[in-house]
Amino acid sequence: MSQVFNPSANTVAKISLLAGGLITVIALIMLLLRPWSPYVINGNYSGIAVAQPVRFSHELHSGQLNISCIYCHQNAEYSSYGGIPDTHTCMSCHGGIAVYSELLEPVRQSYATGEPLVWEGVHDLAEHVYFNHSVHVQNGFACATCHGNVLEMPQVWQANNMLMAWCLDCHIEPEQYIRPVEERYNFNYEYPENQEEVGRALLEEYGVDTEGLLTCSTCHR
Amino acid sequence: MSNVNRMSNVTLTSENDMPVMNTPIEEKRWETLDDFINDPDFEQVMEEKYPREASVMRRSGMNRRQFMQLMGASVAMGGLVLSGCAPSRPEQEEIIPYVRQPEEIVPGTPLYFSTAMTLGGYVTGAVLETHEGRPHRIEGNENHPASKGGASAMLLSTVLELYNPNRNTAVYERTDASAADPEDQYSVSTLAAFQEAMAASKANWGDGSGVAILTQLSSSPSMQAEVEFLQETYPNAQWFQYDPVARTPVNDGARLAFGDVVNTMYDFTQADVILSLDSDFLMDMPGSVAYAADFSEKRRVRMDKQNTSRLYAVTSSQTNTSSVSDHALPMRAADVEAFTLALASALGADGGSGEFSEAASAFGAAVVEDLQSAGANAVVVPGEGQSAVVHALAHAINAALGAVDTTVMYTDSPLTNTTNALEQLSNLIGVSGGLEALIIIDGNPVHDAPADVNIASAISTVPFSVHLSLYRNETSYEATWQVPLAHFIETWGDGRAFDGTASVIQPPIGALYSTAIGPLEIVAMMADDERSAFEIVRDYWEGELASSDFATDWRRFLELGVIEGTAFDTTSPSLSGSLASDIEAAVSTPADGLEVVIRVDPLIWDGRFSNNPWLQELPNPITKIAWDTVAMMSEATADEISARDGEIIDITVGNNTMQAPAWVMPKHPDDSITVMLGYGQGISPELDEDLRFDAYAIRTSDALYGTAGISAEGTGRNYELALVQKNMDPFDTEPVRMKTLDAFIADPDGVQKDKYDGNFLPGFEYTGNAWGMSIDLTTCIGCNACMVACQSENTIPTIGKSEVLQERDMHWIRVDTLYIEDGDQTGFMPVPCMHCENAPCEQVCPVQATVHDHEGINNMVYNRCVGTRYCSANCPYGVRRFNYLDYTDDTLILQEQRNPDVSVRVRGVMEKCTYCWQRINAGRVLQAVTDEPIPDGAVLTACQTACPANAIVFGNINDEASAVRAEKSEPHSYSVLDDILNTKPRTTYLAKIFNPNPALYEAQADESAESEEE
Repeated sequence: MSQVFNPSANTVAKISLLAGGLITVIALIMLLLRPWSPYVINGNYSGIAVAQPVRFSHELHSGQLNISCIYCHQNAEYSSYGGIPDTHTCMSCHGGIAVYSELLEPVRQSYATGEPLVWEGVHDLAEHVYFNHSVHVQNGFACATCHGNVLEMPQVWQANNMLMAWCLDCHIEPEQYIRPVEERYNFNYEYPENQEEVGRALLEEYGVDTEGLLTCSTCHR
Repeated sequence: MSNVNRMSNVTLTSENDMPVMNTPIEEKRWETLDDFINDPDFEQVMEEKYPREASVMRRSGMNRRQFMQLMGASVAMGGLVLSGCAPSRPEQEEIIPYVRQPEEIVPGTPLYFSTAMTLGGYVTGAVLETHEGRPHRIEGNENHPASKGGASAMLLSTVLELYNPNRNTAVYERTDASAADPEDQYSVSTLAAFQEAMAASKANWGDGSGVAILTQLSSSPSMQAEVEFLQETYPNAQWFQYDPVARTPVNDGARLAFGDVVNTMYDFTQADVILSLDSDFLMDMPGSVAYAADFSEKRRVRMDKQNTSRLYAVTSSQTNTSSVSDHALPMRAADVEAFTLALASALGADGGSGEFSEAASAFGAAVVEDLQSAGANAVVVPGEGQSAVVHALAHAINAALGAVDTTVMYTDSPLTNTTNALEQLSNLIGVSGGLEALIIIDGNPVHDAPADVNIASAISTVPFSVHLSLYRNETSYEATWQVPLAHFIETWGDGRAFDGTASVIQPPIGALYSTAIGPLEIVAMMADDERSAFEIVRDYWEGELASSDFATDWRRFLELGVIEGTAFDTTSPSLSGSLASDIEAAVSTPADGLEVVIRVDPLIWDGRFSNNPWLQELPNPITKIAWDTVAMMSEATADEISARDGEIIDITVGNNTMQAPAWVMPKHPDDSITVMLGYGQGISPELDEDLRFDAYAIRTSDALYGTAGISAEGTGRNYELALVQKNMDPFDTEPVRMKTLDAFIADPDGVQKDKYDGNFLPGFEYTGNAWGMSIDLTTCIGCNACMVACQSENTIPTIGKSEVLQERDMHWIRVDTLYIEDGDQTGFMPVPCMHCENAPCEQVCPVQATVHDHEGINNMVYNRCVGTRYCSANCPYGVRRFNYLDYTDDTLILQEQRNPDVSVRVRGVMEKCTYCWQRINAGRVLQAVTDEPIPDGAVLTACQTACPANAIVFGNINDEASAVRAEKSEPHSYSVLDDILNTKPRTTYLAKIFNPNPALYEAQADESAESEEE
């Protein structure tokens, strides 16, 4: 009876064994890395605008018309939550401007019926993260640092991945990101060349508890 | 699995086929799991070595093989679950802003509203914290005289009552009275239909003699004004008030002493010597929360404050008050009258007679001497359940001591009707035959009226009857209509505190259910009054106060939570001239033998809170039993009726019988059994169906608080009780250290022990804030309010009796009760996380899930925790809690109560006291935004704000001016286990300093030394 396997079978067996092992290892690595993939992290937000019930343009309002952030998001200065403006805020201008615009129909509807507008969230931190807007805004950390250049966003997208590692970049080296408080709403601010030095001085001036930036309980409860 | 399958093919004819092993259990070893399963001693081994697992097996009814398989499967499941731990794609979240944002509301920042809770007719001021409109917790109001910032466990738990999923949410009409099942008699209707039915009924009300209202006791001026408004249309309409716990003996005692009902208040800050005549004044009086604050204020001992009071307690069962007393004399409740007569006689008060019994003579003589020397600064406080004679004598004794207007104050009664509640109920039954309509607001008289009063048949004879209630209870099923009652957090009202101070009950939200209506609203509906409850209350006070700028005043009343200047002036009622003869006529000779004492439950009260899981899971302050009530008795009495701990006993009074599990308590008088009201309603699903420990079954009109000459016997049936505190002193050291006042003055450092200071760890210098807590064991009254406050602040789940039985209780702060000095003294010890600087838990965590932060807080990082429970095993204080079975109840309405600033923990994660780090963080944010240091008192823990006795002080120990630093630098400040461990806890204790009568104390010491020698 002839041999069932010819000599090349040895090589094939070795290769398949090796390849099998390799594929398993690669699959495992990929599975482990999946949580950090852009697909999971950013969902459909990464650089892609989220559809909203009203096509509100930050590019127009903040960029061209130069309306300050806190005209609508005033809570950012004194509350943990930045806040989404009520319908009344929209209508305080649009009662007289662009009154017949079709784009504003949902806003007028909401104002007339008392039914609130339902916006799609763009930035959504995990439930166990307790981010506080006021403490950042009041101590020289600008809107642009986290939200990106909103002035160029006709519709808002998420500019940063908002992972813990990204938060920690700043919590480890706040001197790289801090700026004078009066520049916090400036989206075109340019950091000086000696930012590290300036930053340290500002941290000192604003009394930022740099040690406390890295304890768990600062952000998680 | 294959191994198991193979083994299961082996047939064992019986367990007796197995070789009998004679090895002692502790030396047994098994080669495989199957050897163990097949061991005849399997169950015994499980019980001894793995009691928790054994109880699971017992309960589930599995056989040993199924059980061991399941234990294996759960390990495999654990592995599967782990793969789901990675972060997953966030879900798209909707953001819904206001259409018009109210000016005051800043999303993310809580708002506070003052309000008040009514209990037994008297209100206690409170403050509600709301997040985006949702009330999330309630606490005491420091402006309110009945709260002084503190709160009772009951008040703190009312916020859960608001969201209780068992609340009635629909209007029901009785459509088929013939149906056998009461549930089938009713069908869902609407509020409009109910209103129509009432309108139709009105035709028969005539001059009002056809209509009556039954409420609980009330001190609400607006309610009275609204009923008067109703009486303009229906002049003969009647308003009856009934509560099962209505202070009947207190009122009768005042009638006996003064000829009329007066309101008695005590000032414990002025009292040097206090005698409690079976009174639990720290827990069960309308002013108890304030009394606890005053009493503790006086009792506090510091280096610069060493005058304290001395509390003697004659007591028929252990209570919080008797537990914190310096000398307690256990005595049958029925014998207290004779003791008081003798006391009055010795003090020369009117009506006194006789002499102290032999057992009470030493105690009595000491009390007499001390009371006399304290004079005006002495006070005698009679118990709520004691007879009218005891109350009348107490008035006479206080007058003889000259204590009136120093420690005892009299005012008019804040209640709108001072006729005895039971008399009012009888009057209602008397007129019920002629009634066309009966409106019952709140309460459950069908269940909680005395056994000899048949209110049910009276209600059912009325053609149109409605019961407004939070829950559909026994009374609801006698009425023709059932209408949901608006909770006090949902509707406007008002009421008076124990000193007459009026408060507006302000609702921060409207009714959660559109069908619910409040007490004022239904009366307005009857009177065809178009006004809302808000307008009724506001109009009443506008008319009453006649202020020039009422709008401003009104806003201030709402902000303060009290209407200023409404406290009643003190009066000076004079003792009746015929007091001595009246008392002689009223004195009764109690029957010998066994007596039963009926007390109000300190947590469930008269049963109204029995459907509140927070209060059910809270261990009873004295017995430490959760989810149940027991019949307390002394060991000798238990032997006499041959009952063991946990054995159901029958207590028979006349023709009525109740059942309850027996429970032996130290320092309980012999021949006496104490039972609590409140357990026995049909609405608590957690209670065993065929076992209702219903003290109302033996409560009769002539013996509201118990009677002597009863019989009791064990039934042989055992009942499992969820005892929360089992091991009193695991390290055999002295957790509660105590000294007498004299010893403290002589040697202030006397409580300190040689400290152990071994340490492998490098030190860490805390330069910024350093958070710490100091708990004063002298002032703690063991009321458990801190536990509920913590539960509501930190979203702690309740787990149910079966889990509590397995010692899985989740309370982040517990209150241990320790008997010291041979049981003569009781130490209450609140135990939160110690936040040790050298924390043993941190060193054993394999995943760094528990770590220290730079301000000294032991952080628990839930997301890192993999549930090894090493930390819990290594914690010498036993403060860590493990979430075994995903206890969090995700019922939608209950989610509304959760604190948005605290993470909801999941299964398999360790959790523990965080020093309320969400509040510390609010302080840190304040510090960062304002660039000012956090002021002392800006960060308070939930337990601290709730504590009526102000025993808990929290703050920054690096702040030299802080209160907590001052507490910690007292000579009697110590940390637990500092003699054997160098954990450096941030939570420290002030030793219990008690103030015994030296002569009596020495006599007691001699006695116990003698008994030891014997």
